[in-house]
Amino acid sequence: MIKPISFRLNGKRVNLTTDDERRLLWVLRSDLALTGTKFGCGESLCGACTVLLDGEAVHACSVSLKAVAGKQVTTIEGLAKNGRLHALQQAFLDHHAFQCGFCTSGMILSAYALLLKKPRPSRDQIRQHLEGNLCRCGSHVRILDAIEAVASRKAGVA
Amino acid sequence: MKRRDFLLATGAAGLVLWFPLEGSLQAQETEQTAARPGYPKDFNAYLRIGPDDRVTCLVGKVELGQGAMTALAMLLAEELDVALDQVDMVMGDTDLCPWDMGTFGSLSIWQFGPVLRGAAAEARAVLLQMAGEKWSVPAERLQVKDGVISVLGEPRLQVSYGQLVQGRRIERHLEKVTVKPVSAFRLVGKSAARKDALEKVTGRAKYAADTGLPGTLHACVLRPPVHGAKLQRVDTGAAERMPGVRIVRDGDLLAVLHERPDMATQARQAIKADFSHPEAGPDDTSIFDHLLKTAPPAQLVHEAGDLRAGERQATRTLEATYLNSYVAHAPIETHSAVAQVVDGKATVWASTQAPFIVRTEVARALGLPTQKVRVITPFVGGGFGGKSSGPQAVEAARLARAAGVPVQVVWDRAEEFFHDTFRPAAVVKLLAGLSASGKITFWDGQVVGAGEREAKPFYAIPHQRTTSAGSWQGGNPPGMHPFGVGPWRAPSANTNGFARESHIDALATLAGRDPLAFRLDNLADPRMAHVLNQVAERFRWVPKPAPSGRGVGLACAVYRGTYVAAMAEVAVDKTTGQVQVKRVVMAQDMGVVVNPDGALQQLEGCITMGLGYALSEEVRFKGGDVLQKNFDTYGIPRFSWLPKIETILIHNPDVPAQGGGEPAITVMGALLANAIHDAIGVRLFQLPMTPDRIKAALTHI
Ligand code: FES
Ligand code: FES
Repeated sequence: MIKPISFRLNGKRVNLTTDDERRLLWVLRSDLALTGTKFGCGESLCGACTVLLDGEAVHACSVSLKAVAGKQVTTIEGLAKNGRLHALQQAFLDHHAFQCGFCTSGMILSAYALLLKKPRPSRDQIRQHLEGNLCRCGSHVRILDAIEAVASRKAGVA
Repeated sequence: MKRRDFLLATGAAGLVLWFPLEGSLQAQETEQTAARPGYPKDFNAYLRIGPDDRVTCLVGKVELGQGAMTALAMLLAEELDVALDQVDMVMGDTDLCPWDMGTFGSLSIWQFGPVLRGAAAEARAVLLQMAGEKWSVPAERLQVKDGVISVLGEPRLQVSYGQLVQGRRIERHLEKVTVKPVSAFRLVGKSAARKDALEKVTGRAKYAADTGLPGTLHACVLRPPVHGAKLQRVDTGAAERMPGVRIVRDGDLLAVLHERPDMATQARQAIKADFSHPEAGPDDTSIFDHLLKTAPPAQLVHEAGDLRAGERQATRTLEATYLNSYVAHAPIETHSAVAQVVDGKATVWASTQAPFIVRTEVARALGLPTQKVRVITPFVGGGFGGKSSGPQAVEAARLARAAGVPVQVVWDRAEEFFHDTFRPAAVVKLLAGLSASGKITFWDGQVVGAGEREAKPFYAIPHQRTTSAGSWQGGNPPGMHPFGVGPWRAPSANTNGFARESHIDALATLAGRDPLAFRLDNLADPRMAHVLNQVAERFRWVPKPAPSGRGVGLACAVYRGTYVAAMAEVAVDKTTGQVQVKRVVMAQDMGVVVNPDGALQQLEGCITMGLGYALSEEVRFKGGDVLQKNFDTYGIPRFSWLPKIETILIHNPDVPAQGGGEPAITVMGALLANAIHDAIGVRLFQLPMTPDRIKAALTHI
């Protein structure tokens, strides 16, 4: 149904009038022109579109706008604060935890959701958490290294 | 000296002719050079020096994730003697960059690297000449650091490249230029930070689907249900009545356009279409017989000695047939493109490995001369050979022309699986003989379907013959491969490597020898022996004939001048048939290594991606339909599959830099087949080695 919908996106309020059955991914990428969130499968099978919804990792390709109304959405564009990379972004950069980079936004957001819940996950827990995030380039080892490096730090991640 | 005086001085000397650049960096390409492409001789085609001392490097190669952006910038910076972060890369733009065939075949460094180095070395020599003339100082007294030329012993005489060039084109060329010797490298050979890192971790990196051209409509193309089906009748009425929908038809291409991609998809579902039912071809089980029946006559790949003589010297022979299925590329970024056609000129942003090929394809489809087509390649979200042409770019261009607005085409995952140009299914028959002392006396190999690359064994075998029929490259009889096939990361070599290294291992078992010792005994190439020994040392290989029950195995390969060897340890659950790869140690000798960290990334990537074609990836098809529509049924490697990975780069500066994006993946099939055999005592002759195949093999002992 076409209706006015509002939610917070990377800390800023967004108001839209559109079909509330639409999936968040297309609204982000097309209506709001935030293209850091990627399309890889469209059916919750690859994790490329992972964003945070009230701090939980969700697949934007499967979440309807209805489910987003009134909530907080964080995308890759919202991670760096005041021009400073988030610790996870910095770690991905330092470890070269990507090749083509197409899975990277989803990987970082998935990891972020994990660290918000569990600041010191083990390598195995990180692995398990990322099982639904696919990377065709085979950057897995470095992705684990990068996240582990952040997880083993004293400072928080938020 | 003031800038203006310097200009006058150089101009008056008449040694340097300056041509102001137009606002854009238009390459002046003529129809003639487009028809006979090759790398341009003029170094200006590859580099521009700005007044701000930024150096723009222009290359027809693209960044697929393999790190070409960084490695090529390193080569340029090395030869030009500028800092790596002074270099800005412009890649894969057919209007700005010099022609290039495409980014595949591990050629970026091995084949194009010398071209770029030569251009940079010539530019540096010219710049030094110019500075020398300006100060009347012999070139030997000049030095360059980070793009600043100075005179030895006279610190006040300094000029940067940017000041010297003043933003113009350098019209001077040298006959002979020498590139730096390896010993003089200051950047090449040391790990460098990737140039694409910041954009990729912030989500700012632009891929084709992120072009965001104002007024773009998103296309959803009507597709046949199975390969070979033709559209008979179509009713677009319901779709057309949906708000904001446009239906566009260009010949056989029919698409729904909408401002929002998801709305276009929704509207396509409202189209009613009837398609013809083509006759059913082979399916994924009958394909191997089909290939043997339909293959063209075999071509001789290599022959040496006399097979009959080899047979007489053999005390035992071993014959086996190795199979592999079609495999998809499955990059996470599907084929994407945005096209705009204005005033008879088409501009296409495409996710492709071959922008110049796409330019030709688009020009042909639109009936335009190639100069009227510009292909721009943003970051590409993985290619692996699957983006070697641009069908989606052609679709976008045709639709954009028909609609009169920019059109974006992004294949969904089902379209990606359906229209992929797969790695071909193949049959490899091998017959080999052993002497009483455990030497391979002859080798008779026939490849059907895959192609000949790396089919000829690199072992010292006195009598041998290898033939090949049909290929990934096309030229196959119609219907032999029921789908499009094409290059897949190290084309042919995964198939041939699986067969060769499996067979070598089986021969070692037949000889009752340790598989490493058996290989070393049958090799005459010290480079390969060295790579194998390096791996064995790190792995702590304990010699024992297979099967030993330990689940360890090895394999080695040569691909386009790069040597690879690997050892693995696996655990096999005999009741479920599940394989867990516990550890992989791999060594690579690729000659001079441009960016060691980049090379290691490629090794890690090859090991991880290679787990897929070895253990699970297989295109299932029936009646012209590709049965896998998404990642739930086509299983690519996940985090839980990941073994402990240890990688070694062999120091070998005597050999020029070879490619490193592909060779390592070619060992993965046999590496795991050999380790599985060592674990359970049964050899798998077909890839992928799925749990079902492993269980079946175990019940047939
Ligand atoms: S695009 Fe959403 S999970 Fe793949
Ligand atoms: S870096 Fe390419 S898909 Fe992960």
